[in-house]
Amino acid sequence: MSEDTLTIAGRKFRSRLIVGTGKYSSHPLMARAHEAAGTEMVTVAVRRVNISERSKESLLDYIDTEKYFLLPNTAGCYTADEAVRTAHLGREAGLSNWVKLEVIGDEKTLFPDNQALLDATQRLVKDGFVVLPYTNDDPVVCRKLEDSGAAAVMPLGAPIGSGLGLQNPNAIRIIKEFATIPVIVDAGVGTPSDATLAMELGVDAILMNTGIAGAQSPVGMATAMRLAVEAGRLGYLSGRIPRKRYASASSPVEGVVGR
Amino acid sequence: MTITLNGDPFQLAGLRTIAELLAQLELDPRRVAVEHNLVIVKRAVYDSITINDGDTVEVVSFVAGGSSPRWTTTRA
Repeated sequence: MSEDTLTIAGRKFRSRLIVGTGKYSSHPLMARAHEAAGTEMVTVAVRRVNISERSKESLLDYIDTEKYFLLPNTAGCYTADEAVRTAHLGREAGLSNWVKLEVIGDEKTLFPDNQALLDATQRLVKDGFVVLPYTNDDPVVCRKLEDSGAAAVMPLGAPIGSGLGLQNPNAIRIIKEFATIPVIVDAGVGTPSDATLAMELGVDAILMNTGIAGAQSPVGMATAMRLAVEAGRLGYLSGRIPRKRYASASSPVEGVVGR
Repeated sequence: MTITLNGDPFQLAGLRTIAELLAQLELDPRRVAVEHNLVIVKRAVYDSITINDGDTVEVVSFVAGGSSPRWTTTRA
């Protein structure tokens, strides 16, 4: 099989697993998990530097930017204005014009605010950003985001950090059918089988953070997730057998002993 | 003179430019982004942007995280 790469806005990735940086008990542990995940893209948040009590340790000391592409995010933003402002700051602090755009509409569920997300996507595309919006699992919203110039869409599998797995596989499949840009399931993956199922539906990649960082062994889970994403992708590419209601024997029916 | 730095009052003594402020804070200019009175300052001009009494300066950097509470009330 020829090399299977993920291409977003002209940039190629061999790994289809994008990971977060939050919730690890230490930066060195995070770095080991990133290694185990085989990832090529990690997402980071943009925050005020704490002036009064600044840690001497910088996150970027533990992310080799030669190896991992940095994807700044607008996590924690609740309005289009906040998200646009944060994206611009992230571009200035970082090395690229890419942004994982989050505009949250509700604190309890962390579900996106569709209207503000579309608004912020349009503004950032106009400002020259490569925009990857975190969105509801709504095919119509995803189509509008694509029409607004998004470089990929990132529908949620389940609420952020919930580990519930894909709640609406059919919607994810329809989103993939509609889209001509990459579809990345972002959030909700709790187990390797969740990741495999998503990849078997044909999505292009998965972004996860808590599923790995929150596991008892983040390095072990990162390895499992890498294998799960690869297995699901290969399963999808290989074409599954049709579902049938009844058995069909896989051994010859002639020559059975004693018959 | 006093400025507002990341939301809090901050005394500037003998400092005039963004570059000098970052140096006093021991921040690597390549790892932060700076907003001066709500306008993003390009790294190339940190040396030439003068800070005045009452100005508002935001200094941000990358931190670990996906989703978290509102950033305007969060300290990195």
